Amino acid sequence: MSSSANGSSGDVAISVRGLSKAYTITHEGDRPSTLAETVLRRVRHPFQRAASETFWALHDLSFDIRRGEVVGVIGRNGAGKSTLLKILSRITEPTRGEVDLFGRVGSLLEVGTGFHPELTGRENIFLNGAILGMAKSEIRAQFDAIVDFAGVEQFLDTPVKRYSSGMYVRLAFAVAAHLNPEILIVDEVLAVGDAEFQKKCLGKMKDVSSQGRTVLFVSHNMSAVRALCHTGILLKGGQMLMQGPAQNAITEYLRAATDAAGCSAESDYLRLSEVRISQADMASTNTVIFNTAAEIHLHLEAKRTLDNLAIVVHLRDANDVHVASMCSPEEGHLPFDLRAGKCVAIRCRLDPVRLMPGRYSLSVYAFRPYDPVAYLSAERVRDFEVAPAVLPGGMWPYGVENRQHGLLRLADTVEMEL
Amino acid sequence: MAAPHVGRDEPARPRPLLTLRPSRGWTALNLGEIWAFRDLLFSLAGRDLKLRYKQTALGVVWVVLQPLLAAGVFSFVFGTVAGLPSGGVPYFPFAFAGLLGWNFFSNALTKVGGCLVSNSQLISKVFFPRLILPLSSVGSGLVDFAVTAAMMGVLLGIYHIAPGVGLLLFPVWMLILTAIALGVGLGTAALAVSYRDVQYILPVALNILLYATPVAYPLEKVLEKVPERLRGVYLFLNPLAAPLAAMKASLLGTPMPTAGSLVVSAATAFIVLAAGVFAFKRMERSFADVI
Repeated sequence: MSSSANGSSGDVAISVRGLSKAYTITHEGDRPSTLAETVLRRVRHPFQRAASETFWALHDLSFDIRRGEVVGVIGRNGAGKSTLLKILSRITEPTRGEVDLFGRVGSLLEVGTGFHPELTGRENIFLNGAILGMAKSEIRAQFDAIVDFAGVEQFLDTPVKRYSSGMYVRLAFAVAAHLNPEILIVDEVLAVGDAEFQKKCLGKMKDVSSQGRTVLFVSHNMSAVRALCHTGILLKGGQMLMQGPAQNAITEYLRAATDAAGCSAESDYLRLSEVRISQADMASTNTVIFNTAAEIHLHLEAKRTLDNLAIVVHLRDANDVHVASMCSPEEGHLPFDLRAGKCVAIRCRLDPVRLMPGRYSLSVYAFRPYDPVAYLSAERVRDFEVAPAVLPGGMWPYGVENRQHGLLRLADTVEMEL
Repeated sequence: MAAPHVGRDEPARPRPLLTLRPSRGWTALNLGEIWAFRDLLFSLAGRDLKLRYKQTALGVVWVVLQPLLAAGVFSFVFGTVAGLPSGGVPYFPFAFAGLLGWNFFSNALTKVGGCLVSNSQLISKVFFPRLILPLSSVGSGLVDFAVTAAMMGVLLGIYHIAPGVGLLLFPVWMLILTAIALGVGLGTAALAVSYRDVQYILPVALNILLYATPVAYPLEKVLEKVPERLRGVYLFLNPLAAPLAAMKASLLGTPMPTAGSLVVSAATAFIVLAAGVFAFKRMERSFADVI
């Protein structure tokens, strides 16, 4: 960290100038997938090219990273984070621009790349180490430390297909953690394993940075970014929104989608003047972090005097599936009276937010018991997003797009016995 | 502090260790980098071998059993039924010697041709010189070859055949076969990244080539039927014919093909290898994006 305080240009570890990466998207149905098809098409239409579009995954990115700096790269899915890491780790080439690397790069884009289920733990340590660019002598020297870090001594000669998923991940991370490059590139792999192992991983990452090595770290886990990184780079749509202190980048990331418009509704009886979501130090946000506390704030004004009023909030997902609801009587507030011109502020604390990462909407209704009339019906009055996250002990982040994990985490603690 | 403090006192920027920029046209074959990754090459070849022999009841016996059975069938069909000559040695070791070279070629080509697609996970997640994959495939093929060669040694003992000084040239024939297998394989592997059907063409082509090449029958029988002036064309079109016949000659003392025919084969092999490497290097940069 000491070297990051030194501002001289000689301390640069990575220098990115005008970096762009384009992918060609051929439209489905137009794309020949066999050689025969391609040849036939060339013969039939010698001058016609398949309809395609260029998609810029990164567009004109420029930044410097100083030696010893731990940088969190954050942004939504599709912001270009993974593409940036792939270019920096030489897996793919840039389309335009240049990157200067002042040191040996080691990258870890996935835990356990090249692990083979049929091979034993011992064999996989050597294979995976070699894949990550370690020399055999280096692996041999670190072997005991790797085994110790993973805690798999008794199972070294067991094929890893018989490992529990926790053991598998621990061993895979242990190999990677003993890479000794000057620049380490890590993609969303820290938050694996159980809480204790996560702590160990974070400790290891801190060690790496305290040795003056540079770390680039992509994560959706904002608490990990906050704990680990000095600075942050925020990407959006392939461009850099900001580079600065990690905390600022995180705040900016969470605020990026916030829009205050369209958050009011009214009926003949009531006016809903505010629907706001807050979390921690952010008074208003459209993106909340999964499994942390968040609050919904409503502000209601009566146009006419109403008695026996109950407030209902519905949560719907992006497909308009009704996920959950909250009603004021059920949450311990007897129906209340509201005189004309008076206001009421309602605060709903959800601790923690158990909605799986994804897009949701809030709807607000006002009813009176035994009265079918809706005194307020504000449908989908506010959209919000639960940010992608890694569940405690999970191996992969839960993204916004795929719904394979369902809508809701069932309980805060699930006691599963094995 | 392990990190070097390069240029701390200099006003000028130190030279970068590496600059990444878009590559254009033909790129150089960076042998130094391949050498730096040699441990990975051996690890991958070792992985292939371990996986092949794990969970098989007979293990390494398969490598020997397959050519033994095939040689049995060939010596019955070509030797007994068709009554072809085998250069003064019993037909069984003659057919086995042919299969020794052929199996190496066919295995190496198949493995090299599929090495990118079967390791797509590695290609999209880790950097290493992509040539490591085909080279390690050839390496694991060489180990299988060594096992079969040991069986060949046993057969030579059983049939009381003593190879002469010609045996010293055996590595040269291997080199020619390796160059062809690698050259064709590299082109196939690179094409298979975009077009998977190349993988289905390969086994069919190899099956036809097995009979089109003097593996189980003598080269002289073919050359007898080819007009004198077209012999060079034949040897150029099938560069496997001469080195396979030369392998049999080195091992069994059967007639050695002419020096001219071997030079044609070696030249063809070199052209094929160079073309394969160039095609591979040319397409290499898009592997991770397309695969």
